[in-house]
Amino acid sequence: MLYNEPSPLETRVLTRRFGLPNSAHIDTYLAHGGYRSFEKCLEMTQEQIIEEVKASNLRGRGGAGFPTGLKWSFVPRQSPKPKYIVVNADESEPGTCKDRVLMENDPHLLIEGVLIAAQAVGAKRGYIYIRGEYRYLIDIMDRAIEEAYSRNYLGKNILGRGIEFDLYTHTGAGAYECGEESALLESLEGKRGQPRIRPPFPAVAGLYQCPTVLNNVETFCAVPSIIEMGGKAWAELGVPKAGGTKLTCLTGHINKPGVYELRLGFPVEKMINEVGGGIRGGKKMKAFIPGGSSCPVLTGEEAWPLTMDYDSMAKAGTMLGSGGVIIMDEDTDMVKAALRIMHFYQHESCGWCIPCREGTTWLKKLLTRLDQGLGTSRDIDLVGDLAQNMLGRTFCPLGDAAALPTISIVQKFRHEFEAKIAKVQVAMPASANHPFVVVQ
Amino acid sequence: MTFSPELEKKLAKLIASYPPGKEKSALVPMLMFTQDEVGCITPELVQEVAKRLNIPPVQVDEVVSYYSMLHRKPMGKYHIQICTNISCLLWDADKLFEHACQKLGLGHKQVSADGQFSLEEVECIGACSWAPAIQVNYDFHHHVTPEKFDQIIDSLKKVQ
Repeated sequence: MLYNEPSPLETRVLTRRFGLPNSAHIDTYLAHGGYRSFEKCLEMTQEQIIEEVKASNLRGRGGAGFPTGLKWSFVPRQSPKPKYIVVNADESEPGTCKDRVLMENDPHLLIEGVLIAAQAVGAKRGYIYIRGEYRYLIDIMDRAIEEAYSRNYLGKNILGRGIEFDLYTHTGAGAYECGEESALLESLEGKRGQPRIRPPFPAVAGLYQCPTVLNNVETFCAVPSIIEMGGKAWAELGVPKAGGTKLTCLTGHINKPGVYELRLGFPVEKMINEVGGGIRGGKKMKAFIPGGSSCPVLTGEEAWPLTMDYDSMAKAGTMLGSGGVIIMDEDTDMVKAALRIMHFYQHESCGWCIPCREGTTWLKKLLTRLDQGLGTSRDIDLVGDLAQNMLGRTFCPLGDAAALPTISIVQKFRHEFEAKIAKVQVAMPASANHPFVVVQ
Repeated sequence: MTFSPELEKKLAKLIASYPPGKEKSALVPMLMFTQDEVGCITPELVQEVAKRLNIPPVQVDEVVSYYSMLHRKPMGKYHIQICTNISCLLWDADKLFEHACQKLGLGHKQVSADGQFSLEEVECIGACSWAPAIQVNYDFHHHVTPEKFDQIIDSLKKVQ
């Protein structure tokens, strides 16, 4: 089921079967070119498959943007250990809702992508780690997996070619941290989702300390079309160094929010005004987040001239991230936005690393105070300093994810924090029990 | 402890989906599926799961305390989860949550006296483009206005 009207400006490669009657069924998939890329891979060597993915310039769609072909090439294929494929379907980055539509509308596309990855590294077993809230998707994926078994695309002797691959779903239970690859593996092994020290990376020591290919849903879903079109042709859909299309989730103050498949390098202005129908109520855009709430925030003026790709966003000091675009209009209270974002990271910090656990807690307290107008201008500096001191000091990127948007909001919208403080006059000190007295 | 035959079948299939010797992997899904039937993670359930996976109960407990969807106390028959994260907030999810508190007479993580409803303010549920979004148990509802929220609640009350 589609939740928003498609846009004519989309380049529908991954989503091309969306909207077909019964699009999740294997018959629909097979009737529209499904599993042909996998069959093509059966005639290719492992090197050829990996080279094709490398040539496509596909970069990880979960947020980090690491080149997928390169990641696959790190797997020691000669290792006697079993190899695993793990799909990260723990989509929980605020602003992101794209993996959900992929699995709901075309689950076999994901299965085919996983099969190709398994073929490329010689894996015999795979898991799809789906966040607990997406229970209905587990049912959809389980049904699709059953269909694939019944048609001999999964099992002990796939298509009579003597290839073995088993695929299973695995549910999470509500933890943002488990979207981080090493924490996801811990969770998949039945433990608390706390990150591992890297190196070794999952490609070498992943699930059960065995070589593991771990990618986002959208990354795996891109693979069948890469094999079908050829890596080079797929790369040309995007920009140099980043090929293909990206599912982009338009959220926030926009007239037509929704998930759209756009070529990498799509201009921000066209995306907002033509795909998204413009800012809600004809207002001005105050702030723009390109890829989920972990990315540094841009002002509207900074964002308008950019294009939606990794390098363009990096040059502007932010990240393309997961493609969860968050648009805030001129009436948005940026202090409240900063507080809500920090509230999230404080809740989701797994507590493993002190800078993150304590940092997010203190930042939430400071931001709460500032939001109530009870802070001092020193508090504004303190927010910036504290966040700065979290950067790079944690095992996983959650610490950075909390710090980056906060630093950018304080830098770019400091006047809003100051205005809030100025609005409420505070006489201090007062009694020990009531350190702040609001003077009306 | 025994579960329904359907759940037993599901659990057997679940445990078989991990390599021999790696059955502990089934822990989180097992807790989720059994919680759905039992209502919450009771001390007996912790013991039972530990026994079935052949791990110390403390390993089950430490996992239960980590994941926000695992509850030690029963939630309502209809667990209303309202996302107020940034994308939903921009579509007035904070006001929706306040409205829900009043409509249900409940606060965050509270359960109604008759056990029918519980309310929780949750983090991003992955429906950002169709904000504000809520989940009733596992069912998504998109573009939820206060009026639409009332309709959802009233229709659930009728079902009872």
